[in-house]
Amino acid sequence: MLAAVLVMAAIALLVGGVLGYAAVRFRVEGDPLADKIDALLPQTQCGQCGYPGCKPYAQAIAEGSADINQCPPGGEDGIRRLAELLGKEFKPLNAEHGQPKPKSVALIDEAVCIGCTLCIQACPVDAILGASKQMHTVLAAECTGCELCIAPCPVDCITMQPIAEDLANWKWKYPAVPLKDVA
Amino acid sequence: MRQLFRFHGGVHPPEHKAVSSAAPIVQARLPQRLIIPLRQHIGTSARPCVAVGDKVLKGQMIGRAEGYVSAAVHASTSGAVVAIEMRPVAHPSGLSDLCVVLEADGDDRWIERTPLDLGRMDASYVRNRLRDLGLAGLGGAVFPSFIKLNPGAPAKVSTLVINGAECEPWITCDDRLMRERAQDILTGARIMATLLHSTNILVGIEDNKPEALAALQAAARSLDVPADIVAVPTLYPGGGAKQLIQVLTGKEAPSGGRSTDIGVQCFNVGTAYALARAVQHGEPLVSRIVSVTGAVARPQNYEVLLGTPMAELLEQAGHTSEANGVIMGGPMMGFDIADTAAPVVKATNCLLVKSPRLFPPPPRAMPCIRCGACARACPARLQPQELYWFARAKNFGKAQEYHLFDCIECGCCNYVCPSHLPLVDYYRYAKSEIWAREQEKNAADLARRRHESRVSRQEREKVERAERLAAKAPVKKAQATVPPDSAEAAARKALIAETLARVQAKQAGTAPENIDTNSSS
Ligand code: SF4
Ligand code: SF4
Ligand code: SF4
Ligand code: SF4
Repeated sequence: MLAAVLVMAAIALLVGGVLGYAAVRFRVEGDPLADKIDALLPQTQCGQCGYPGCKPYAQAIAEGSADINQCPPGGEDGIRRLAELLGKEFKPLNAEHGQPKPKSVALIDEAVCIGCTLCIQACPVDAILGASKQMHTVLAAECTGCELCIAPCPVDCITMQPIAEDLANWKWKYPAVPLKDVA
Repeated sequence: MRQLFRFHGGVHPPEHKAVSSAAPIVQARLPQRLIIPLRQHIGTSARPCVAVGDKVLKGQMIGRAEGYVSAAVHASTSGAVVAIEMRPVAHPSGLSDLCVVLEADGDDRWIERTPLDLGRMDASYVRNRLRDLGLAGLGGAVFPSFIKLNPGAPAKVSTLVINGAECEPWITCDDRLMRERAQDILTGARIMATLLHSTNILVGIEDNKPEALAALQAAARSLDVPADIVAVPTLYPGGGAKQLIQVLTGKEAPSGGRSTDIGVQCFNVGTAYALARAVQHGEPLVSRIVSVTGAVARPQNYEVLLGTPMAELLEQAGHTSEANGVIMGGPMMGFDIADTAAPVVKATNCLLVKSPRLFPPPPRAMPCIRCGACARACPARLQPQELYWFARAKNFGKAQEYHLFDCIECGCCNYVCPSHLPLVDYYRYAKSEIWAREQEKNAADLARRRHESRVSRQEREKVERAERLAAKAPVKKAQATVPPDSAEAAARKALIAETLARVQAKQAGTAPENIDTNSSS
């Protein structure tokens, strides 16, 4: 009897300890709802939603101070996913924030670039390489296409290039099958 | 007699093999210009290692393997590099890819070749050489062979399966190769078994190819290769790697797993042949056997230099007036070629010329009646009608739950569907959509990480700047307000000295005799 009580007590202590440790060790930092919303946002970090990046917009949605239809890069698919997560009605993109565009990457005309570093300071994901007074280059794989580097450039040498379809990104199309009507 | 097993489902489409299997393999004509794509295998495209204007010899490497899953690409004949540019290639999209364009000099002169001395070479060196000789699976999947020849854990691959089933209708390139070059195939198989430490070699051939069976059995006897040459029942898709392994061994690779999980590795007969050429003669992969069949005047198998424009090969096989399109591969798993300027590549096992008589347009599709015929025919034991439903509704999560990625796109479901639904088109669409989303998600995760690290770096810099300013300010103030020789300064100095002394005393606790001298000062 006593042994059983002791064993149970020991187990309770052990489990309590493990749980306590886990609570400290694996504590979720920040707001879990905002993180879940952030996970659905495209991370273009363009600010078109009216917030300085995707995370702040996610926080605003979580607090209820922003609507779910303010992110143009996410498009209708993105709104649908947010609506599903939050149990809200789908609504079309709010045109005030812009229209979705085909995905593009920035290209710096290296012959014109004066190496002023203004674009580097603007890029939210550090996708531009270059030092002061040296030519700059965009790392295409890292560029999110946010267009934030376009405006600051004093010599207008940055343009957005739509990503061309090639063998690596080509997708099978949705089959076009005219179904015979069964009346 | 070996005990055989069977796989689920399967169909018996009309074979049409006799059309091209009777005549022996002939050498295709040397084209004037060859277009050699740098991506002829699954994985990363090879990187060009020649420049426009370079003279190259047959077998010279023109594209170096890039990254791990890759294989080299070689000049298929001697001549000059006239361009390295985007050209239409054999792909369902009809898109272009980077190719080396070669002007043949007509000499077809080989580069110096050195056989691989397996006995004296380290296994990993041999595999690297095979990568540099451009070896990739010739059954159609073109996965770089050197990777599959890595045994992994010791003796993990006890059984080597050589696939000579060739189940797809119309295609006979493996059949002819087995009939005519059986010894080289078995030599290749023996080398593979050595590299993989396999104890068991099984060659599976569908029983509609008795000549090939006999040829391989005779070769096994004369070479004394301990291979079991097995006739398997003719049933499509019995040449699918998973299906053949199941028929021969009764073992099934787990869902999402590989055949090596059950100790089996599988290679096509054409790959075994190419491997024998590579090891015994140091020959890179510069040609392959291609069946040209269907609506052509001389349906036959050709040995074709890689990079030969399809149009030239078709011309050699002879046009017919009824021809109205070309499929690369067979009618079940092949795809339409948009432009026959595209070259023959390592994956090109067959060019099937269509005509309205041979391939009448399919009847109009009707809604699914849930008859279940597709599920009974599916060799992967899937529920094609459910997959169709989910893919059509773009419900990709559900499609994955129903094991969409176990679908081998064999087309059995299409074949039996009484409603003539193009089911496989929906599965391909769903698969590529899921891959694209996966990539998008990875890109978003990368952007999030890079943005977060930028934000935290900026914050850190802000704090550091503030700290630097804060650290400078009081010193300046002190210097400005307190003249160095004032009484206050002297008092401060004394205080500092006293404090220092106390600290030293504490630290020197093991040597107490110092206390007096220090404190008295
Ligand atoms: S609009 Fe731009 S910054 Fe805002 S959530 Fe969408 S991608 Fe992120
Ligand atoms: S390079 Fe320009 S467009 Fe691309 S992520 Fe940076 S700021 Fe945005
Ligand atoms: S065979 Fe065709 S009609 Fe029958 S259940 Fe499958 S998809 Fe539906
Ligand atoms: S194509 Fe896919 S779903 Fe259809 S029968 Fe073959 S494996 Fe099954």
